[in-house]
Parts: sequence; C-alpha cells; structure tokens
Amino acid sequence: MGELHRHPQVIRFAAKLRGLTLVGVLAASSALAQSDPGAQLSASTSFSALDEIGAGNVQRLTGGPVFATGRFGGQAGAPSAAGDLVYIETGFPNAIFALELAQASPSVAWSYAPEPDGRARGLSCCGRTEFGPVLSGAKLYANTLDGRTVALDRRSGNKFWETKLADLSNGETLASPPVVADGKVLVGNAGDEFGARGWIAALDAESGRILWRQFSTGPDAEIGIGPSFSPFDPRDRGTDRGVATWPPSAWQHGGGSVSGRIIYDPELRLVFHGTGRAAPWDAQERPGANRWTSGLFARDPETGQARWFVAFGARDPYARGGVAQDVLLDAPWKGSARKLLLHPDGNGFLYVVDRVSGEMLAADPFTHTDASPEPAGPGAVAGPVPSPDENVVVRDICPAWSGATGAGSPAFSPRTGLLYLPVSRLCMDFEPRHASYLAGTPFIGANIKVKPPKDGTSGALVAWDVQARKAAWSMNEPFPLAGGVLATAGDLVLYGTLDGMIKARDARDGKLLWSFAATDGIIAQPATFNSSNGHQYLAVMTGLGGGFGIAERNMLDPLDQSAGLGLAAALSRLPTLRERSATLYLFRLP
Amino acid sequence: MRLVVVMPFAMLALAGCQREERSLRLDPPVEAGLDEVRVMSNGIGGAPPKVYVALGRPYENNAFDLDQGKRLYDWFGCTGCHAHGGGNTGPAFLDGWWQYGADPVSIFVSIRDGRTAGMPAFGRYLTTEQIWQLTGYVQTIGAYSAKTAAPSRNDEMQSRPSENRAPATLGALQPPSR
Repeated sequence: MGELHRHPQVIRFAAKLRGLTLVGVLAASSALAQSDPGAQLSASTSFSALDEIGAGNVQRLTGGPVFATGRFGGQAGAPSAAGDLVYIETGFPNAIFALELAQASPSVAWSYAPEPDGRARGLSCCGRTEFGPVLSGAKLYANTLDGRTVALDRRSGNKFWETKLADLSNGETLASPPVVADGKVLVGNAGDEFGARGWIAALDAESGRILWRQFSTGPDAEIGIGPSFSPFDPRDRGTDRGVATWPPSAWQHGGGSVSGRIIYDPELRLVFHGTGRAAPWDAQERPGANRWTSGLFARDPETGQARWFVAFGARDPYARGGVAQDVLLDAPWKGSARKLLLHPDGNGFLYVVDRVSGEMLAADPFTHTDASPEPAGPGAVAGPVPSPDENVVVRDICPAWSGATGAGSPAFSPRTGLLYLPVSRLCMDFEPRHASYLAGTPFIGANIKVKPPKDGTSGALVAWDVQARKAAWSMNEPFPLAGGVLATAGDLVLYGTLDGMIKARDARDGKLLWSFAATDGIIAQPATFNSSNGHQYLAVMTGLGGGFGIAERNMLDPLDQSAGLGLAAALSRLPTLRERSATLYLFRLP
Repeated sequence: MRLVVVMPFAMLALAGCQREERSLRLDPPVEAGLDEVRVMSNGIGGAPPKVYVALGRPYENNAFDLDQGKRLYDWFGCTGCHAHGGGNTGPAFLDGWWQYGADPVSIFVSIRDGRTAGMPAFGRYLTTEQIWQLTGYVQTIGAYSAKTAAPSRNDEMQSRPSENRAPATLGALQPPSR
C-alpha cells in the first residue's frame, strides 16, 4: 500500500526541554476548545495573548524537531496543549498522540490508533482537510476521515464512545475537527466532489447519540428552515428553495458539505458554518441558484434550526465553495458597536456580516479576483451569474478552484486591528465536462489546469485593515499559503509554508524577523503555549498533504496538466523533501 | 455505360473499407465468458478468460474498443480521481507504477470489483465488455510505446497543440521541437 508505518520515535533534541510542564491552556487554534466560553470566542481569531516571544527577541528562538509521529501524509491539524500534555492528531488514518513534555525527552503518555477504513483514502479530496483533537472537560473529541467521531478520556486515552456518521459508500468523509457547543458535539461532512449531500449533525457529548442532523440542500424541513429563519437575500424567503433552485432531484446529490470549521458563539448561542461548493462543478448541469451551497448558515445549536443564511457565490460556477474559516469580532462599524463575522471567501472577497441579523455589511476584494461578490453588497440583488459552456476551455480565471484563501485559517490581532490572511494567488483554465452521478464515484465534471498568476508569485500574506477596508500590507510568497496563521500579543505573525519554512513576521509592517527551514512542508497552523516554568513555546507540525500537497502525497505526474485537479503541475516546483513523517517542532527562547 | 466502368472501382473501394471487424453486440455466451477472469488469491494478476485469448485479445489493440474505452473514461468520472493519467486522489497511470498490477486482468478486476484504498466497484454500472474497453484504454495511458490503434490520453488543457496532434516528424532523426 506504500504506507509507512514506523513506530513513533522521539528525536533527541529534546534534552533542552527539561523540566517542562504545561500549565494553563493557551493555544491559538480553535481546535482547542476550552471550558471557558469567552476563550473559545477569542480562539476563532487565532490570536494568542502570550508575549514573551516578541518582535524584539524572536531572532533568538532555538529548537527543532522533537517528535516524529511515524505517519506519512498530510498533517493539517495544529497541536493543542492542556495541563502537561500536548495532543496531536495525525492525518489519515488519524492516530492521536498525547505527549508528555515534562521529562527530559518527550514521551508518549498514550496513543490511540483507530482501525481505519482504507476506502477513505481515495475519498479524501480537494480542499480543506484538517484534523485536530478538541478538548472539553475530561474528554477529547476527534473526527476521523473515515467518518467517525470518537470521545476519549483526556488523561488515559480510553474510549468513551464512537459514532459512525459519514457514509463512505456515498463518498462522504469527515474532514474537519468537531466543535463542542453546550453539551453537544457538532460535526459536518465533506464530499462535494462525490456528490454527497452536505449536512451538520449534533451528538450528545456524553453518549455520542445523534440529536439532530440538518442538510444543506433539499426541502425546508430537512434543512432546519422554519419560522425563525430570515435570510439576507429577500428572494430566499420562499419555501423549499433548496429544492426549487435545482433541476429536478439534483439537490439529492448537490454537495454543499460542511467541511470547514464550525464556530460556536456562546454569547449569542449560535453556531456558524459555511457550506461547500455545489456538485457537479459543471454549472451547466445545475441551472438555478443552487441553495444552500456556497454560503454561510447561522443555526441554533439546540435544535439545528437555521436563523439566517448569506450566499457568497450563487451557482459558484468555478467551484470555490464557502467553507473558508470565519473570524468573530466585536468591533465598531460605521460608528456603532456591532457583533461582526468576517468571512474571507475563496472567491477573493472579504465579507463583513452582522452575525446577529445576518446582514451583509461589506464585500471587498483582498486579492486579485475576477469574481463578483454575490449579492454585490448591501441592498443589492445579484443578476444572473453566467457559467461557462460545456467542452469549452475558459482560460485565466482567478482565483483557481482551490480558492484565494480557505485552506488555512486567518488570524486577527486586536493590537494592530489587522486581519492576516493566508492567500493563494493561483489562477486556472477551466473546461466544464458532462458529469453523471453514480453514488460513491467522483461527481466533478471539469478539466482544470492551474497556474501561477501572470504577474508573479503564487502566494501572499495579506494584512487587511478591517476598519479602513483595505490591505495595510501584503507580502508575496513563492507558494500558496496552505496553512493557518497565528498572531500573538508579541506583535508576531507566524505561519508555515508548503516548502517547509516556518516564518515570523512583524505584525505591524510584515517585515520578516525569523525563519526556520523544516525538513517537510507545512499545512498546519502554528500553536503557542506556556510551560510551567512560565516560558512560552512555539509548536509547529510538519507534514505535507491536503489539497496543495496532494501531488507529493499521491505521487502524481505533473506531465498531465490536469493531475490533482491542476495543482500537480502548478506546484511541481515544490522541492522534494526528505522527511516523510509528520513531525512536531518546538521552539523557545534560550 | 459509365456505370459499368465505375461500378467495379466502387465495389473495390467498399471492400477496402473492411479495416477491422467488430460486432455491435457481443454474443451472450461470449459476454459471459469474458467475465471469467481467474485472479490470484491476493487479487493481483491472473489468467484472462479463455474466450479473451481465443478472440485475439481484442480490447488491447482494436481502435473502436480503445475509443469506446476513452469515452467511458470521461463519462464515468474516471478523470475525477485519476485525471488524464496524472492522478488525483487516485494514483497516476503515467508513471509506470501499478499498485494492483499492470496486466489486463488486474486492471479489469480493479474496475469491476474496486480496491480497498477507495477505488469504487464499477461492475454494477458497466457491462463486461465496457470494462474490457476501459481496461484497454487505461493501459494505453501508461504505455511508453505507441500502439498502432490508439486514441491516446487527452492533452487538451495544454495551450499548445497536443503531441498526438502535432505534425508528424521523422522519429529518431528529428527530435520533436516542443
């Protein structure tokens, strides 16, 4: 099978970590759910209040690899720390490690290796894939690609329950971590590329029993649309729009998966989740507005009933989806304090939404884009969206299907007021092809060639001034930024790159302050936490994979321009990396 | 009078059209026999059906069958996972590595019954003949030497003419310029 199953091995850099115990949970990623509800909200901004490592001393960071998981493949989840343990969930087959860093060298306190369903490997497709354990109380929750949610004992790794949610035979998988909201575990499916119908489900956190499941397409009763639903677009107030905006029965395999992160706002008692691209990608086969794909739902976690919905690209003819990571922010907007939701979309626009009412306040392009925001702004009603003809190649569409952003999470720093966006500047040639739906087989219908933009490099880190509604600065990167960004109170912006660099930039002006060359590509968000001796640590997982790393992971052949939906050829200049095992890197000040 | 002169030539010309034989529908016993591959216990490799050999291995070199295979490759979503040979979530065909065997029986079984790493079973969607046609086409994708009757893989996302549509060259004497 070509899979490397080595025993986990500890790399002997670790002597430097003597006496390290982790106190107080502090991590940047929202994968780290906490019992304190306020902290989880701030976690959606990927901002850490730790400031020991700062712009003035980051050059003196020392460290390196400390733990190799022995798992070959994409490592999209950030490590999370709690108490004296650091938790890692690897890519498929989704092993979970709890590492004890208290001793001279990190040791495995426990590990959990589920018995994987190998079919999931071939169903892992196209775009955002992220795993990471979620900690809540004494339990640790995790999703596996082959469709299961497990609850483990955080101290011992013993399994409390396991619930099978996704049906692999329909092309469904799970590709994002769960979220704990009010005694419930919320899980969304992936599988747009196989025509799987998107859904979000709530499990009882104690028993794993399924409490409710709401779909993204179909009749109102199955979507959770009732009297309390008030969508932004007035045309969406009709009944059964999830059926009427599709050709007959096409909604049954219309995509709209919930494959991005789900965010819980405990104050408003709402969950927010994006919906994925419509299936098939060939828009000629699905005339209509294709509700409720490529948009954003706000739901009541108690019942799953929808409160509001905004669309980010009706019909989504170039398949960018709507599952990019949102940021929740309480900030002034045009003079009055509002509860905002910032959604940087794959189509290149940053949407500002009032997260109480679902009103769209602004849509501004943060990178070069040919797309038009839909609707075109507050009060506007969008016209018909043209979609390309079948069997005709439309050239130089920007951004590519993989999105201007979305593979990694953005970060917001309240100290600078800037939103740091990991941006891909790839463009594409797109040829829609007829696709037939066969359950469990790909339902894409497109030949795609992806390429860098004509004017240069294929990635960027964009610092977006939310109040001024323009980019404060932008730093180009040779490759698309596929991993999340972390901002800290030390005025640093930290991220990893596909070619294995860990970079720290000045949050104020983007100046490169520190970088470290790892031995494998990075698609995970960096994390930071405090140890018991009061010192701040920076943790980064390497392991190339996901949508952008698929060429490396599956040994694709870039001779075929359409390999990896075009990404293999576009990223063929990625260096071949030596380390094939997902590895934890730790850094601290000497 | 003129007709008398033209007729023999016309008949000769028509006779010349018989390039290769194919039947529009397989005899049911042949179709049933084509399904009887004998596979090794590990699911890789084995002996082709007797009728397949008796027919002269038609799906490997018959232009019509290869062409049908190419159409099926597009219609049944093979491109979604394998692209035009470069691979995606499924493995590449161009690179000469075959996880489950390169011989026609292995490929036939992969398509018909699926494989454990995510290849779906297409036996429920395709007839036996169609699976053999696909098998033949999939082999041409990864072939390093040209077949005399091969619609080769699509190169159409290229912004330059594809190799198989480029003007003929003198082979080894003149290396292709592109």
